[in-house]
Amino acid sequence: MEFIFYFGDVFTPINFGLLLLGTIGGLILGATPGLSPTMAVALLIPFTFQLEAAQGLILLGAAYTSTVAGGAVSAILLKIPGAPANIATTLDGHTMAKNGQGAKALQLSFLASAVGGVFGVLLLIFLTPVLAKWALAFGPSHLFWLAILGVTVIGTLDSKSVVKGLLSGCIGLWLATIGFDDIMGAQRFIFHPALGGGINIIAALIGLFAIPQVITMFAKGRVASGAEVIEVQKHSVVDAMKELMRNKRAMGIGTITGSIIGLIPGVGGQIAGLVAYDQSKKFSPDRDKFGTGHPEGVIAAEAANNAMVGPSLVPLLTLSIPGSPTAAVLLGGLLIHGIFPGTDLFDNHPDVAWTFINSMLIGQILMCIFGLYVAGMAAKVARVPQSIMAAIVLGLAVFGSYSVQSSMGDVYVMASLGVMMYFLERFGFSAAPLVLGLILGPIAEANFIQGSMIANATDGLTPYFFGGTLNIFLIAVVILSVLYSGYMELRSRRYTSKEEIIA
Amino acid sequence: MSDLSLPRIQHIAASGVVAAVGIWVTYVSYTQQPSEAFLFPRLIATIFVVLAIWTFIKACLGWTKVGNGITTRQFTNLLPGLVVALIYIFWAAKGLGFYTATSIAFFILLSLYDPAPHAAIKSWVKRAIVTACFMVVMYLLFATLLKVYTPREIFF
Repeated sequence: MEFIFYFGDVFTPINFGLLLLGTIGGLILGATPGLSPTMAVALLIPFTFQLEAAQGLILLGAAYTSTVAGGAVSAILLKIPGAPANIATTLDGHTMAKNGQGAKALQLSFLASAVGGVFGVLLLIFLTPVLAKWALAFGPSHLFWLAILGVTVIGTLDSKSVVKGLLSGCIGLWLATIGFDDIMGAQRFIFHPALGGGINIIAALIGLFAIPQVITMFAKGRVASGAEVIEVQKHSVVDAMKELMRNKRAMGIGTITGSIIGLIPGVGGQIAGLVAYDQSKKFSPDRDKFGTGHPEGVIAAEAANNAMVGPSLVPLLTLSIPGSPTAAVLLGGLLIHGIFPGTDLFDNHPDVAWTFINSMLIGQILMCIFGLYVAGMAAKVARVPQSIMAAIVLGLAVFGSYSVQSSMGDVYVMASLGVMMYFLERFGFSAAPLVLGLILGPIAEANFIQGSMIANATDGLTPYFFGGTLNIFLIAVVILSVLYSGYMELRSRRYTSKEEIIA
Repeated sequence: MSDLSLPRIQHIAASGVVAAVGIWVTYVSYTQQPSEAFLFPRLIATIFVVLAIWTFIKACLGWTKVGNGITTRQFTNLLPGLVVALIYIFWAAKGLGFYTATSIAFFILLSLYDPAPHAAIKSWVKRAIVTACFMVVMYLLFATLLKVYTPREIFF
């Protein structure tokens, strides 16, 4: 119950102001198609340099939470999901809006998001300290395998191709080794002076998430958004609450499904929303109404995609393993303040950890309150031409990456990685495992070297890295995740066929 | 290989570049000294090169199932914007000064991709106003609030 002692810290004028700013800004950014939560959080990191660690994390956490919820606005009013997590919301939400129930759909989506989100953050509050204590038992070999697990799971589950996902992870792990070796001081892969200090994580995150979006907008050419915003009629919030209470089953399915999926690294909000929608449909007596503007569809999808936000941070805050690309960006936000997640965070910086987590709890409620008022404005922002969005994101990316260390080298790295990532994505590679490799690379290497030294002084490398219950368990999970994803890839044939590629 | 279509050629080229990088990384990891500093890179490079060559072979055989490549239309659409962005980042930002270069790049990008008709004076005025507003916000955010001192070189 330690978190209760730090509740007051959320309500200091600066902290609460940042929470409001992050929530309202996140709702607007989330409603903008093409601006993913990960990219929004990455672009915000440079603005946290001058803030204290807890303040920076409050801003980033609020933006993360509300961009996921804000994506529902454009999903409902424009039929364009603001983020992949809102795809399932579009199925019934937009039909409701077309039937003159836009306000009701928005109210249900924000209320369901808040309930799911609060449950998810409570799970984060109660699971994190227990797991953080458990993490104390982890030695270098376990931490090495955990880092590899983080890259492998995201590489296999988050990618359309297992091989390309793993290859993306390897590219990220290699990029992390560029620069001077920490132990010997040797130069590694420095083929340009800009890489002398290694690849700056923040600049890399901005480049990898923002620049491909900018180029994607360029690739569409001179096109108007063409999106028609549906006018929202007034609807009583009390009635929406009653409707939510009548749909407890969908609410429960969405919340539980989202929370469980959030705990699994690499699965993400898109899957959470779709699985919850599907399960809710299966268990509903009105399953035939799904897809025709049924409130249960909106409730299940939105409860799930916000319920996964809190649990997705559990592996990050306990084991330093980001469970999602956005969590990886938040890790970057922690590292720039010299704070490492895990036991260090809860033992040495409990004020930072608990103020951040508590702010996410309060943020869910603020998001619900402001969501309803900001929705109309956010929908207008969603109509901003892509040409303007592309130019704004490009400008922010350049200024943001420069401001990290006042170095043009970081800007060059940001741009090079971004352009490279755009082309790699066109050929089936994925940014998420690459980012995870880049972030977890130093953790994996440090523990590999430390473990090798211990192993050489004791039993040898093989027994040290491949012996012991925990090592075997982690290796088994790595192998199983690869085999499972490979099996699913072959079985479901869910990807573009060879004929389609060649055509 | 006579049925090589554009996406397949693109897949071969893309995976070929990745494989070449993998081979280079592996070569450097196994040949550079001190070898202790390259212990972890060797581990990564070995897996990297195996997966990269596998991907390249699959692309050559036409077995690639993921990734639709870039169509000629997409490429011609993105090329002007990409060229402007690269000139802005790799030359103009440092050479002209951040704010000047950003204003010019922003205005050019709007002009290139804004669907509003080029013949209408109103659309040019709108682009100029949007550019000016954006620069004011950027200046307030970065120069005033965050105190970031950007290169100013020839101009502001």
